[in-house]
Amino acid sequence: MKSLKVLNHRLSDSSNQLAILEDDGLHRHASFKARLEALGEFPLRANGVEILQINIGKMCNQVCKHCHVDAGPDRKEIMTIETMRLCLNTLANSAIKTVDLTGGAPEMNPNFRWFVTEIKKLDKHIIVRCNLTIILANKKYHDLPEFFRQNQLEVVSSLPSFSKDRTDRQRGDGVFEDSIKALQMLNEVGYGISKNELQLNLVYNPAGAFLPPSQQALEAEYKQALLKEFGISFNNLYAITNMPISRYLDYLISTGNYDKYMEKLVSAFNPSAVKNVMCRNTISVSWDGFLYDCDFNQMLELPVNTPHTLHLKDFNLSALSTREIVIKQHCYGCTAGAGSSCGGEVTVLS
Amino acid sequence: MSDHYYNADDLAKFGNIAEYQKEMSDKFFSYYGEVFKDGHLTAKEKSLIALAVAHAVQCPYCIDAYSSDAYEKGYSEQQMMEAVHVAAAIKGGAVLVHGVQMMNKVKEIGM
Ligand code: SF4
Ligand code: SF4
Repeated sequence: MKSLKVLNHRLSDSSNQLAILEDDGLHRHASFKARLEALGEFPLRANGVEILQINIGKMCNQVCKHCHVDAGPDRKEIMTIETMRLCLNTLANSAIKTVDLTGGAPEMNPNFRWFVTEIKKLDKHIIVRCNLTIILANKKYHDLPEFFRQNQLEVVSSLPSFSKDRTDRQRGDGVFEDSIKALQMLNEVGYGISKNELQLNLVYNPAGAFLPPSQQALEAEYKQALLKEFGISFNNLYAITNMPISRYLDYLISTGNYDKYMEKLVSAFNPSAVKNVMCRNTISVSWDGFLYDCDFNQMLELPVNTPHTLHLKDFNLSALSTREIVIKQHCYGCTAGAGSSCGGEVTVLS
Repeated sequence: MSDHYYNADDLAKFGNIAEYQKEMSDKFFSYYGEVFKDGHLTAKEKSLIALAVAHAVQCPYCIDAYSSDAYEKGYSEQQMMEAVHVAAAIKGGAVLVHGVQMMNKVKEIGM
């Protein structure tokens, strides 16, 4: 399977995605902006910057059907060591506490390990979004669990189901088996066992055109099933809503599910999720050093609304800390039901 | 009125029944919400029961709603089909067990 970009698909152009999301001016779905206005939450503003989420490249060993990055082995965009140095410089000069490394498969960046050890020297908490199968993909990655442990990384990994069938349908044939092996390897070096250290958190996202069920109930089921079937332990399960952008948008449109899915997101709008959307405390950095409100806005090429600080070279923490967030219709994906972020639900439902 | 009895869009209008009788509708929906919460049975288990009952009562709206709900809650296609078979077995059994009544009557009147 190839990326939309390599296929030269019309959705590889973010302006086409935005035109669809903005309903081609038809206004069939209530506008996200109007919903925020009604709540007195417009403009939505950042409330500091606590997390720097760095996308260090779009290259990935997988080509998942729902991928909002349109990642895959055919993507060549990768962060250079010079841009990594800019990240380190920014981190050294700011009180940002957490660095969230994502991709693609971040481990495929040739400077990944160097970058991690340099960030560690700055005493930051590091999260790595590891797709699990990368650990098995090549001999040179087999020691990743040990590398993660040595650097005390928090590992966040996708496993859309504890059943092989659903996982492979979303992520590709054989992904489930490799993911299980990788989780066992992570457990072996100590991940997912204790409450406080070597955190191993799993991500559930729906394999289809629907919203995630209750995170709490799902976590209990995952824990029971993974332990019983495969002897695997982990810390938390994050239930994440699929964003109607990029390859997932293509899936929704090509299966005739787009309108219904948007209706689901719109009708599940939860006002209490608005306060905790992740863009309020995060800045997302692209492989080439540009700044965005979140990884989704990055993929839609919607830069931060701070004209003088668009790139790491001009990083101005105070301007970014109170910036107005760029919102569009895809933001409904963050406020549906219990809300959704890179850390799962953002509200506690009764 | 449309020229067919069932319309998929009407499912989303279920709440509109309050327009004609608010008090009863409010009570029904609050009861409904309570029934489907986690209790001695989990919300997930209740969803599968609802799917089977939906088939037994042959309500297209309920089948639509609980096919999505049960799948979203993580049941597999095979599990969902087995639930439908449970409904079918009970319905079929309910017909057949009345055969005993038929037999009783025939035995009563026959020579
Ligand atoms: S979802 Fe993650 S693992 Fe899958 S293709 Fe995208 S970046 Fe790779
Ligand atoms: S999509 Fe991005 S900008 Fe929109 S609410 Fe979610 S995190 Fe914020």
